[in-house]
Amino acid sequence: MIVLMQNQELPKLDELYKEIILEHYREPCGKVPLEHVDYEAEGMNPLCGDEVKLSLQLKDKTIEKIHIEGHGCSISVASGSMLASILKGKSINEAKQLSLFLKDMMHGKVDKNEKDIGDLEALEGVKKFPVRIKCALLPWTTFEEALAGHEHVEIS
Amino acid sequence: MFDLNRIRKDFEILNRKIWDGKPLVYLDNAATTQKPDVVISALTKYYKEYNANIHRGAHKLAEEATIAYEAVRDKVKKFISAIDEEVIFTRNTTESINLLAYSLGELLVNEGDEILLSEMEHHSNIIPWFLLRERKKCKIIFAPINENYELDYEKLEKLITKKTKIISITHKSNVLGTVNDIKRIANLAKTNGSIFIVDAAQSVPHMKVNYKELGCDFLVFSAHKMCGPTGVGVLVGSKELLFKIPPFLGGGEMIKKVTFDGFTPNDIPWKFEAGTPNIADVIAFGAALDYLEKIGLENIYKHELELTEYALEKLKQFDFLKIYNPVIALSPLQAPRNDNYSGAGIITFSNPVVHPHDIATIIDQYGVAIRAGHHCAQPLMKKLGVSATARASFYFYNTKAEIDIFAHALKKAFDYFEVGACKELKLKGRSNDSPNAKPGAAKIR
Ligand SMILES: Cc1ncc(COP(=O)(O)O)c(C=O)c1O
Repeated sequence: MIVLMQNQELPKLDELYKEIILEHYREPCGKVPLEHVDYEAEGMNPLCGDEVKLSLQLKDKTIEKIHIEGHGCSISVASGSMLASILKGKSINEAKQLSLFLKDMMHGKVDKNEKDIGDLEALEGVKKFPVRIKCALLPWTTFEEALAGHEHVEIS
Repeated sequence: MFDLNRIRKDFEILNRKIWDGKPLVYLDNAATTQKPDVVISALTKYYKEYNANIHRGAHKLAEEATIAYEAVRDKVKKFISAIDEEVIFTRNTTESINLLAYSLGELLVNEGDEILLSEMEHHSNIIPWFLLRERKKCKIIFAPINENYELDYEKLEKLITKKTKIISITHKSNVLGTVNDIKRIANLAKTNGSIFIVDAAQSVPHMKVNYKELGCDFLVFSAHKMCGPTGVGVLVGSKELLFKIPPFLGGGEMIKKVTFDGFTPNDIPWKFEAGTPNIADVIAFGAALDYLEKIGLENIYKHELELTEYALEKLKQFDFLKIYNPVIALSPLQAPRNDNYSGAGIITFSNPVVHPHDIATIIDQYGVAIRAGHHCAQPLMKKLGVSATARASFYFYNTKAEIDIFAHALKKAFDYFEVGACKELKLKGRSNDSPNAKPGAAKIR
């Protein structure tokens, strides 16, 4: 059967560009260089050229600081900024779980209210703009790769 | 006569409504163009009336299909004023270049030899050469572009040495719209004894290209960028060279004789068309060529140039935009209404505030389709000092009214971000470790 995608409901821009997202975009967190780097990875979205480089500084099993740099659209920059601020002070396990939760949320498998995720809940609106989901997840995939000890990741 | 209203009726998709009923404004023609109904019906006619494999089988359908397929070679030759050359069908420009990089590379390139490309190449004219470099340990050299987004011909000339076995350069940049002086490079190549390949993916669809006058050895392009179906690429080149170089892919169709000990390759062009080709799409591509001839390449070029100038004028209201186009670089706009076709049909731009992705998402809401990203030209993006740009690209069926919609939608995008992003930041329990953050200032609403 042919499914015609015509005349769908127009997704609202304000759901994508929540104020909090634009704020993170304008003034992203995670810009302070680290004293030492324990894990690091570069991620890129070959589709659009978005790039992030993410470095982690750990203390015991806790993420002490995160540094993030790169080029990207508002969604990927904001998502990276939220990552930097939210994961700070979290244990590696907690961080991994949050990352997993975010992915599931973007793919509609869980609801944002199932967990207290702070600013991150603003990213839920990205769901309605499927081509932008990759933008939102790029910093998180890169984070996971950094933990896994990989240096370079491409999502496609 | 160039009757835009009639032309638009030839494309059913141009009636398409986007989202809540906005008319489609398709400005992503450098990626792929729309297909007129005659092309779509040529495709279905083949499947409904004479679907058969070609060059095998003595039955009626096979004969009809073979004749229809082979006739398109002559159409291609006529379209680009080639006479003695051979036309080979591939899947796309990318495959044509891979074929050349492999087969020419096998014959001509040795360790330490050089391949000369330019900084404005599409990935498809870079990676095949990098792959060759892995096999042959040759060097890949990039001829630079200047501040007008044009090739620096003097530097290019100096980069051609006795080691330069192959020069492969685009005719028209898919990012800048720049049309390169192929004749000039062809002369240099000839004098030096280098093989010269021209990536004509963006030129053949949009301007009259005369293969003989260009003086290159090979010309490659894609059907889907010129009203044809996807899955068909063209490689045009001298018979002599094609005769000498080894085959690229092996299998049926490309052989004359096979024994348990080996094979004899088929004559050209079939030597390079292994397996069952894309019969339906080649035939439909023939219909596209007829259609474009009917409209006239001169008319197409003129209309696109007019649209480009109109659009550039409209974009002046956004004085914060950086536009990467040779016409703009040579401002004033009215300046040389170029004879060399440079800069028409493609407008690539960026600005420091709104990322190209965000622009594309927002103007999509107004039914406007443009491209955002690196346009498969990451090295060029790097040269331009950006990681991504937005690109509007036109074809002959686009209208000034569509450009008005485009400009209107762009305005909305810029307004949206200014309004949205200039709001003062509010604290929401996040760490304040940004070095730019002014302590205590403007943080609390
Ligand atoms: C200049 C240029 N070269 C090569 C290509 C590759 O074409 P295709 O994807 O059809 O192989 C393109 C289009 O994407 C192009 O614009």
